[in-house]
Amino acid sequence: MAEKSRAVLTGKHFMEGDIACAEGAIAAGCRFFAGYPITPATEIAERMAQRLPEVEGVYIQMEDELASMAAVIGASYAGVKSMTATSGPGFSLMVENIGLAFMTETPCVIVNIMRGGPSTGQPTKPSQQDVMQAKWGSHGDYEIVALAPSSVQEIFDLTIEAFNLSETYRTPVVVLADEIVGHMRERITIPKADEIRVVNRKKPQVPPGEYAQFRPDEDLVPPMACFGEGYRFYATGLTHDESGHPTTSSAEAQQKLVQRLCDKIRKNADRIVKTERTMLEDAEVAVVAYGITSRSALSAVRKARETGIKAGLLRLVTLWPFPDKQISQVAKKVNAIVVLEMNYGQIVREVERAAKETPVIFLPKLGEEPHKPAEILQAIGRARQ
Amino acid sequence: MSEELHPFETFLRREMIPHIWCDGCGNGIILNCYVRALKDLDIDLNKVVTVAGIGCIGRISGFTNTDSFHTTHGRAVAFATGVKLANPELKLVVISGDGDLFAIGGNHFIHAARRNVDIHVICANNFNYGMTGGQYGPTTPLDAWTTTTPYGNVEHPFNLVHLAAASGAAYVARWTTLHARRLTESIKKALQKEGFSFIEVITPCPEIYGRYNKMRTGIDMMNWFRKASEIRNQSDPAKAEITPERIVIGEFLDIEKPSFGRLLRDMTTRVQEKMRKGR
Ligand SMILES: Cc1ncc(C[n+]2csc(CCOP(=O)(O)OP(=O)(O)O)c2C)c(N)n1
Ligand code: SF4
Ligand SMILES: [Mg+2]
Repeated sequence: MAEKSRAVLTGKHFMEGDIACAEGAIAAGCRFFAGYPITPATEIAERMAQRLPEVEGVYIQMEDELASMAAVIGASYAGVKSMTATSGPGFSLMVENIGLAFMTETPCVIVNIMRGGPSTGQPTKPSQQDVMQAKWGSHGDYEIVALAPSSVQEIFDLTIEAFNLSETYRTPVVVLADEIVGHMRERITIPKADEIRVVNRKKPQVPPGEYAQFRPDEDLVPPMACFGEGYRFYATGLTHDESGHPTTSSAEAQQKLVQRLCDKIRKNADRIVKTERTMLEDAEVAVVAYGITSRSALSAVRKARETGIKAGLLRLVTLWPFPDKQISQVAKKVNAIVVLEMNYGQIVREVERAAKETPVIFLPKLGEEPHKPAEILQAIGRARQ
Repeated sequence: MSEELHPFETFLRREMIPHIWCDGCGNGIILNCYVRALKDLDIDLNKVVTVAGIGCIGRISGFTNTDSFHTTHGRAVAFATGVKLANPELKLVVISGDGDLFAIGGNHFIHAARRNVDIHVICANNFNYGMTGGQYGPTTPLDAWTTTTPYGNVEHPFNLVHLAAASGAAYVARWTTLHARRLTESIKKALQKEGFSFIEVITPCPEIYGRYNKMRTGIDMMNWFRKASEIRNQSDPAKAEITPERIVIGEFLDIEKPSFGRLLRDMTTRVQEKMRKGR
């Protein structure tokens, strides 16, 4: 009980986004953090270093992000919910092992507080430049789950959700927040521990002799035995069969495995994807935004309504798997879509694909601040013509 | 009718045999010494995790009937660190190659040794990258011929035992596959050690390294080991550089110092204590 109350800081707080992210992780049951400091995600590591020993968890600062991601996978296979947090340059170093986590069906959470890139870019400035990297950064065909919080409350909630999804589907999940969400301070309410939904991975229901580490149930997700539980399994990043044995030259094995791993996410997209609709019922123009930009978008949409323009907002909470259905439903009803991103054109391509014939206007933003409501209002005006 | 079982039946993953290694390769000897050490120590196999990176030797974790994992190239030690810290009851053994542990994974090795994290590392040093067809690596001797040193190697190799000792390991030894009995005893000792232990095993790769360097068979390579090795226990690892004439082997270091796991547990206990008093 004492342990539980220490883990969940129930009550109202005025908190920074990075801190709320760490608290969300601990509330979700995360007890292992491996990372390497980087602006603007360092505060997550610092908070975890302080908090994890309080809840008998482990914090370790690894020698780099390659090591951090490897250690996170190791800890998860040892049966402990684990995470890392970084920003663009560190995320680049993690992607090979994110592929390993996908291939070995390792539940884990990777937080990327996005700063300006490419390369070292603008360390202290916000961006949404890593959203395509989150999807395609590792080699080979894979599916990622990625969530985009837009407030301090939401980074807390979505970090919990990220753990729940990773445990449900045995897969790595990315929290993609921008520097503003990571560094701003807002009011947040942390619920009571027993009011927080926490999901734990499925465990094998059969004895060691009958168990196979990668044999899926009907939902395509295999129950997970962990190290030390007597199952004595083998896991590898090589293409493998249900027992985990390498099957590196069989086309059939490659097809079967890669297809199942991808379908595990694709076929469950309806359960995973979350969006938020505001004033879309009668809208002629829809704004599509995520993360911090969705907040400017909301005030622009309200202003548009005041001037008699029927505008609405579709906020993407889930970025991956991409909310295709939700976009196409909106696209069928509106005359045009305006997409806002703090990058030079990434998610807009997905929106264009899902929107089919509906015209899409893109408003890029590179640098310091998110779009100003006035700029968005102008784009809404253009979209209406 | 009873089938006669292989003495190491319970230690090997039968479905994974036959193994992928060439005739005369030393990796089988390393596997043999490892499982013999596990058997002699009567360790609960359910509490051992064998981790390997990528390379010919990297396949060893698949053949060992413990919980086992095959990481990405170079990351075995970092992975094992995560496992050990998350569940300190487990015994973590990393067995991997010279390229995996000291080129692409070199940074993880020195930091794990510095932390004195409770991991037991065995390096199969065959002086080259066997898996990818015999390129030079961080332990390839000067002048040696590999597919990427077609005019002879012009890079100085690492002296691994010196590197491990200087980085902070608690136990450091070097053997060759010719010294199977001593190697087994050394593995047994290392597995019981608190903190970071390191054993370098000089091993023949006759198929590639040997063929290109005038030692065509496993026997030729073992003959070199026999002629060149000198046992010098407790000698200075800094003076144990490998040359064609001399391979210094033995136990270089066996010291007591608090492991990372112990320091971490003590710190956590202090924090817990403080929390209890504070409330
Ligand atoms: C990131 C990455 N780079 C390169 C490779 C290709 N590769 C596979 S094994 C290997 C070298 C292995 O050498 P070593 O660790 O000495 O093992 P050996 O095969 O000699 O036993 C390389 C370069 C890879 N798998 N991954
Ligand atoms: S290539 Fe060399 S190291 Fe690899 S299996 Fe053959 S002999 Fe052994
Ligand atoms: Mg090698």
